[in-house]
Amino acid sequence: MSDIVTVDWYLILAAALFAIGVAGVLIRRNALVMFMSIELMLNSVNLTFVAVSKELGLIEGQVAALFVMVVAAAEVTVGLAIIVAIFRLRASANVDELAELKG
Amino acid sequence: MPVLALLVILPLVGALAVALIPARRSELIYPVAIIATIPQLVVAGYILVEFELGTPALQFGEEHVLIESLGIGWIAAIDGISLFMVAITALLFPLAVAASRSVTERVKTFMVLLLVLQAGVFGVFIALDLLFFFAFFEIVLVPMYLLIRLWGSENRAYAALKFVLFTAFGSAFLLAAIIALAVLTGDQFGLISSFDFRLMVATELTATAQLWLFLGFAIAFAIKVPIFPFHTWLPDAHTEAPTAGSVILAGVLLKMGTYGLIRFNLTLFPDATVDLAFWMALFGVIGIVYGGAVAIVQPDIKRLVAYSSVSHMGFAVLGIFALTSQGLQGSIFLSYSHALTTGMLFLLVGMIYDRTHTRAIADYGGLASIMPLFAGAFLFAAFASAGLPGLSGFIGEFTVLVGSYLTLPVLAIIAGFGVILAAIYLLWAYERVFTGPVGNDKLETLKDIGVREVLILVPLVVLILVTGVYPKPILERIEPSVEAILMRIEAVTDYDVPEFGTAGEQVDVEYGPIEPGEKHDDSSEGSQGEQHGDEGEEG
Amino acid sequence: MTDWLWLLVALPLLGALVNLFFGRRLGEPASGWLALIVVVASFLIGAAASVGFFTGDELPETVYLFEWIPILGVDAAILWDPLSALLTLIVTGVGSLIHLFSIGYMHGDERFPRYFSFLNLFIASMLILVLAANYAVMFVGWELVGLSSYLLISFWFTKPAAAAAGKKAFIVNRIGDWGFLIALMIIFATFGTFDFETIFAEAPLMFGVGSGTITAITLLLFVGAAGKSAQIPLYVWLPDAMEGPTPVSALIHAATMVTAGVFMIARSAVLYELAPASGVVVAVVGTATALLAAVIAVAQTDIKRVLAYSTISQLGYMVLAVGAGAYSAGMFHLTTHAIFKALLFLGAGSVIHALAGEQNMFKMGGLRKPMPITWITMAAGWLAIVGIVPFAGFWSKDEILFAVFNRGDGWLILWLLGLVVALLTAFYMTRLFVLTFVGKPRWDDGVEPHESPPSMTIPLIVLAVLALGLGAWNTPFRLSFEHFLEPSFEGVPHPEGASTSEFVIFAGLVLVIAIIGLAAAWWRYTRDPLPAEDGSFWRNALAGFHVDDFYGRTIVAPGKAIATWSSEVFDRKVIDGVAEGTARGIRDAGSGTSALQTGQVRWYAAGMAIAGILVIVFFLFIGGAF
Repeated sequence: MSDIVTVDWYLILAAALFAIGVAGVLIRRNALVMFMSIELMLNSVNLTFVAVSKELGLIEGQVAALFVMVVAAAEVTVGLAIIVAIFRLRASANVDELAELKG
Repeated sequence: MPVLALLVILPLVGALAVALIPARRSELIYPVAIIATIPQLVVAGYILVEFELGTPALQFGEEHVLIESLGIGWIAAIDGISLFMVAITALLFPLAVAASRSVTERVKTFMVLLLVLQAGVFGVFIALDLLFFFAFFEIVLVPMYLLIRLWGSENRAYAALKFVLFTAFGSAFLLAAIIALAVLTGDQFGLISSFDFRLMVATELTATAQLWLFLGFAIAFAIKVPIFPFHTWLPDAHTEAPTAGSVILAGVLLKMGTYGLIRFNLTLFPDATVDLAFWMALFGVIGIVYGGAVAIVQPDIKRLVAYSSVSHMGFAVLGIFALTSQGLQGSIFLSYSHALTTGMLFLLVGMIYDRTHTRAIADYGGLASIMPLFAGAFLFAAFASAGLPGLSGFIGEFTVLVGSYLTLPVLAIIAGFGVILAAIYLLWAYERVFTGPVGNDKLETLKDIGVREVLILVPLVVLILVTGVYPKPILERIEPSVEAILMRIEAVTDYDVPEFGTAGEQVDVEYGPIEPGEKHDDSSEGSQGEQHGDEGEEG
Repeated sequence: MTDWLWLLVALPLLGALVNLFFGRRLGEPASGWLALIVVVASFLIGAAASVGFFTGDELPETVYLFEWIPILGVDAAILWDPLSALLTLIVTGVGSLIHLFSIGYMHGDERFPRYFSFLNLFIASMLILVLAANYAVMFVGWELVGLSSYLLISFWFTKPAAAAAGKKAFIVNRIGDWGFLIALMIIFATFGTFDFETIFAEAPLMFGVGSGTITAITLLLFVGAAGKSAQIPLYVWLPDAMEGPTPVSALIHAATMVTAGVFMIARSAVLYELAPASGVVVAVVGTATALLAAVIAVAQTDIKRVLAYSTISQLGYMVLAVGAGAYSAGMFHLTTHAIFKALLFLGAGSVIHALAGEQNMFKMGGLRKPMPITWITMAAGWLAIVGIVPFAGFWSKDEILFAVFNRGDGWLILWLLGLVVALLTAFYMTRLFVLTFVGKPRWDDGVEPHESPPSMTIPLIVLAVLALGLGAWNTPFRLSFEHFLEPSFEGVPHPEGASTSEFVIFAGLVLVIAIIGLAAAWWRYTRDPLPAEDGSFWRNALAGFHVDDFYGRTIVAPGKAIATWSSEVFDRKVIDGVAEGTARGIRDAGSGTSALQTGQVRWYAAGMAIAGILVIVFFLFIGGAF
């Protein structure tokens, strides 16, 4: 095992973070926690972008990361607003109780 | 002056005018709507007068390229095939609007929809860019659906949905075929695609491509005509639609089918046409006999007239696919005449329905003694529809039958039965509704048709009579375009319009190929040479 | 003169239109007089224009009016030759008399002007038919007379029987027209024109005798003729047509329209000469019709129905004649029959008028005294149709039978049957005459028979004189009628005339047979009480041997059943079944797959995750990782 932190380390970390995020979304019922998991996934992707960008010497990856951050911020705003609205209506943030879109 | 674009724009302007009438002046809606249909009539009259005889060229051409690389643009023109479809559209809408006096709910919406419908129908008959054609073909569906859905009678939801689903089913094939053809055309002319009808005509297609494209177009048009067995939407739609809807449906919308078959199937896919002509004609003939037989036993007068349409349009289809000049001319004339006669029958049925609110034949009886004028008008329309000589219905049927016998003798002989059936269903219906003792007390108090209703009927009566006695002005305008189509079919396929009759004088007709664009000039000579050149290459 | 021929049609048409739109304003007698005047005017024009044919100075001529259907090469044109001139004179001549008669007969009818409008329309239509210079225009007239016949039969439309009879007449005629229409198609495909002149000139050059095409054309034309001229199997409409006003029966259903079929065959003589097989069919059908109708006529009790069946029977004679190639003889019988049958019908109308609508002969009797003019004139008609010398019918009937006999071979059977028909004709006409005018009065109480007004008796007298004298136009001693028609039958071989000795033998035979029939009926129906006619023969014959029922059971009922099945089952179940089945399938597929949409966000997320993993595995697989 080399002492130098290669790009693989970042990628492995990002994969681990992503897997944690996926698990969080699938397992937890609280909408807020699911949201945090999604943020985790987004940031793991950001990490990948930045790491690979540094490795390949391309600036596009960092640009993409900035884009993701902006979109994530916007998404959080909308998502939290929805969750707050639902919480006010239901007094619960349990997503399993929400099935209005059932076909 | 872009007269053809006016045909599409004017009804929309009219619709806007009607829509802007404030709610408190609702009494203005009816007169304004009628006035809004008049300019179109004037424009159509202008076109009829200015239309040049003796040439198959597309006239009053308009062209504006919109997307060059995709070959999309506004291309509009008129020839003998579409001329009378446009004329009949311009004529029937004022009558349909005028006959809608009994509409009391949401009058404004009703009139706006009718005017939008008119714009769409005009578009169908003049557009020669197939994307525009398809758009208009589809636009027509919307107002018609709403007219049936909102102002229809008891079973309107079912009928409206059935109408849309049947037609949309066909349209899906039509759209696919149009796009495929546009791409194939584009390939040959170095473009991504081209929806220009003129380029499509010039495109050479393999036999397989022609076959599939023919079927794609034919299904859409067969449903519209309708050809047996795609006809079952028609009785429901006709029966449930309000009077104006039935009149327009029978008078104009069905003609979009026959028009499409002639304009596109015959012109674009000559090889497939020749191969499939017998089968198309066969289904037309089945429709003649089937529609006629089924009409006899209908207990509902509107359904009866609807099935009579199936029978009559079968004649039109037979005439088209007989692939003779007589058959084609007869078919176009029949389409025109059917609009008058069936339109008149539906107007009449609507007039009596407004009074009694029943369509069941059994609810009537002996009306002739109470409403003699109405009875006379109905009998006139019935005989016109049954093809009595001296009235317009005869010219179309007779010409179609004689023309079809030249190529499809057995089918023509069977089609002849339709003439017997027409007499049976119409006269039997007349007997039950109008003769004998008065059916019930409610009928005793009915008023005969008034001045407004007579005025609606007069133009139809006059046209049925005049063009039945002297059809030449119409036939001679149709002839060159029809000959051009047949010439093209003869040029690119090994089909020959049969030689017949050694005794009569045979006039050799020399017509150029389709030559659209600006108001035609005498450039047809050159391109005719090209056409023959193509033929040489193929041979 | 021929420049004015279009007026022949235009005048009655104008009369019809004026009466249709302004008849009510003209009022009762005026509209009738107007209608009469236009027909008389037509008659005078026709008479003036045909003088040349009588003197033999004029040749047939085609008068071009306007181009009708260019693509079929059809012009509206008039062929003015002796044949059309003859028919024009019959139609307008008899027509004038019947218009005059109608003014009296229709007195007091609510729709008096309408009646005359229709009658004028009929005259115009019939003239289109006879004057046509091509088959297409002839077909126009052919259909239009069907229309006017329909309108006039159902004139009293509040009577269901009248309305049904009109409809039946039109539909049965349309069945015949189907044949005519097919014939027209073949004619156009063969000759490329409908023009008589061209066709008759070309046909003998193009086809030999017995050609299949010409046989087909002629047989199909005969189908049309059988409809219009009430031949087997399409004769059933004519007896019912008696529901119309009696003058209408006289004009349309005896004198003119029903003879159109015979006229058409005579007009197509050139074609029939090329198709001997068709001639045989025509003759056989004609004979069978003549015989069947005569048998049925014997048992009828309604005076108009006797005359109706008699008309069918006499039409059978004419058809036999033209089938046998004796066109002049057929046309001559057509002419005399037009006169004496119109006379008989008008006489019957006068009787019915006098008895306030009674048509049952067993409720008549002894009308000789109260109605002397009707009695005498009707006697002339009776003797004419029975064939007593020198009345018109004797000459024309004899000529037909002689022509048939002259063909020899199998034709002798037709000739014998023709004689039987002559016997039956004498019998049933004498029965009619005796039951009506001779014997004791049997009319209902309260009925006061009276002689009809002059407007009705004048036509009777004129017709009676013609029935007596018209035979002189064509006797074996002086064949003026044949010579008159010759220009119309150019190129058609005409049968030999009889020598005087032959004539005496044959005429004597026919005369003897007629007298036997006459005497038998006279003896039978002058007895008191009248013979009861209720045996099975009488009942079946009275019902026309139930042919209508037979058609009803074998054609109408199954036809309706099939149509109902098509409408209720095939359309609704099969076609709509497929359409709705497709729609239902799509809907079911949609609702089935909609179960996948649980509304549970985590299910969706899981789906995405699994799909993501599958995609990764897929690409790894493609990339050769496994």
